[in-house]
Amino acid sequence: MTAVSVEGLTKIFNQGRSDEVLALSDVDLTVGDGEFVSLIGPSGCGKSTLLRLIADLIEPTTGSVTVAGKPAAQARRDQEYGIAFQQAGLFEWRTVCRNVELPLELRGVSKAERRSKAEQMLELVGLADFAGHYPGQLSGGMQQRVAIARALAVQPPLLLMDEPFGALDEMTRERLQSELLGICATTGSSVVFVTHSISEAVFLSDRVVVMSARPGRITASIEVKLPSRDEVGRQAPVYFEKITEVRQALRS
Amino acid sequence: MRRVLPPVIFGVMALVLWEVFVTLGRVAPFILPAPSAIGAQILEQRGNIWDAALASGTNALVGLIGGTLLAVLAALAASRSRLLGEVSIPFAAVINALPIIALAPILNNMFESTSSLPRRLVTGIVVFFPVFLNLLRGLREVNPVHQELMRTYAASGWTFAAKVRLPGALPHLFTGLRQASSLAVIAAVVAEYFGGLQDGLGARITSAAAFTAYPRAWAFVAGACLLGLTFYLVTLLLERVAMPWKQRLLS
Ligand SMILES: Nc1ncnc2c1ncn2[C@@H]1O[C@H](COP(=O)(O)OP(=O)(O)O)[C@@H](O)[C@H]1O
Ligand SMILES: [Mg+2]
Repeated sequence: MTAVSVEGLTKIFNQGRSDEVLALSDVDLTVGDGEFVSLIGPSGCGKSTLLRLIADLIEPTTGSVTVAGKPAAQARRDQEYGIAFQQAGLFEWRTVCRNVELPLELRGVSKAERRSKAEQMLELVGLADFAGHYPGQLSGGMQQRVAIARALAVQPPLLLMDEPFGALDEMTRERLQSELLGICATTGSSVVFVTHSISEAVFLSDRVVVMSARPGRITASIEVKLPSRDEVGRQAPVYFEKITEVRQALRS
Repeated sequence: MRRVLPPVIFGVMALVLWEVFVTLGRVAPFILPAPSAIGAQILEQRGNIWDAALASGTNALVGLIGGTLLAVLAALAASRSRLLGEVSIPFAAVINALPIIALAPILNNMFESTSSLPRRLVTGIVVFFPVFLNLLRGLREVNPVHQELMRTYAASGWTFAAKVRLPGALPHLFTGLRQASSLAVIAAVVAEYFGGLQDGLGARITSAAAFTAYPRAWAFVAGACLLGLTFYLVTLLLERVAMPWKQRLLS
């Protein structure tokens, strides 16, 4: 089964008005089960729009989105995916632990069960000691990790991430990249990951999907097979070859 | 200690200066009585001040709670409907600009002279607007990321209001309540100036002034100050209890 299947997707914002924008034009995309796919492209090429369409946060103008074999709206109602944005978007009036619990709470999971689940997720992102803190007491990087823990809490078969590490410093970013890969390896989740960093896309992905702007469309899809996803992988010749390949695809 | 000491020292110095100014300058007591004279009256009248403060305080509290409850319901309704929200804000602003206290004599005539209801009504109306306007602003300022997240959790409108809108608007609610708590005491006391039941601080102030007992009038004014301060401080305390996440940031 495929995690995500997008066919003939077109999105026009403000259709019929003077400020009409053709954000996406005739996009096809398939994400296999357990596959890690990055979307990369110049800003304004429709990466976030594509992700929001998959998440059923906005409606397509034409075309169809299927997630876990269901129409996108049904998949959203069934919470088939977890999502993380560039801003952590934590609820500042809830403790770290209760933030992670929220999606479980809304699913009607019992109190004891969601507490243990949340603690497990916080353990995973290395924040077990901060369960009782409020988001305002954490650094930006820690908040982002809480947001990722929250996205993972329902153990969704699919993770959607929109530049989740965009606002972080290089050190934190690299550590979180490794953490994310580790988590996906354990949970077997499929991932659609939006980024504007070429090296990040190549390091994380099984496949890098390159997009171009005006109108937004997919121009290339580059398979990446690194020998390993660690420091050795970052030094491998393939890594640099793929970076060059993606860069060229972005230029043309 | 550091935060308490400077205002206390300042207050004591101001009282001493006031005493010296009134004594040396031979200021007539109907213009400004000396703090020692007022202090003596506070001691002498403490039982009356307490009773009067209790009467005015009850009116202020009932008005504050009633006005706040109505304001919260109205703001929730106005935040759910775009049209209602857009109509209600200018409407509320205009009514808020009217001297609502001036309604007191009219309301007094509508009820029996032994009823506390007119004061409570005036207080309730005065309290309504700051709470309504502030809370409505808060309810409308929802972080777009929160909105999208709740959508991905397939949360209903009611869940969204209870888990995101209301807690997110708490800081705004308390901004309104802080204004309203002081206003409530002012409204409850001043509403007594227009006749009706003679049991509160406002009635005591007017009657003392009518008998040219100025230090006594000032003693009851001091009582009104303390009452207002109490309301304000209790609101601050509630705010801290209701929003522990703000508290943790400061310490
Ligand atoms: N809600 C919206 N209303 C109107 N135009 C939008 C909206 N969201 C995005 N757009 C437009 O769609 C295009 C793609 O935006 P976006 O998907 O955010 O790009 P990216 O994430 O790749 O930077 C941009 O031109 C943007 O201005
Ligand atoms: Mg974007």
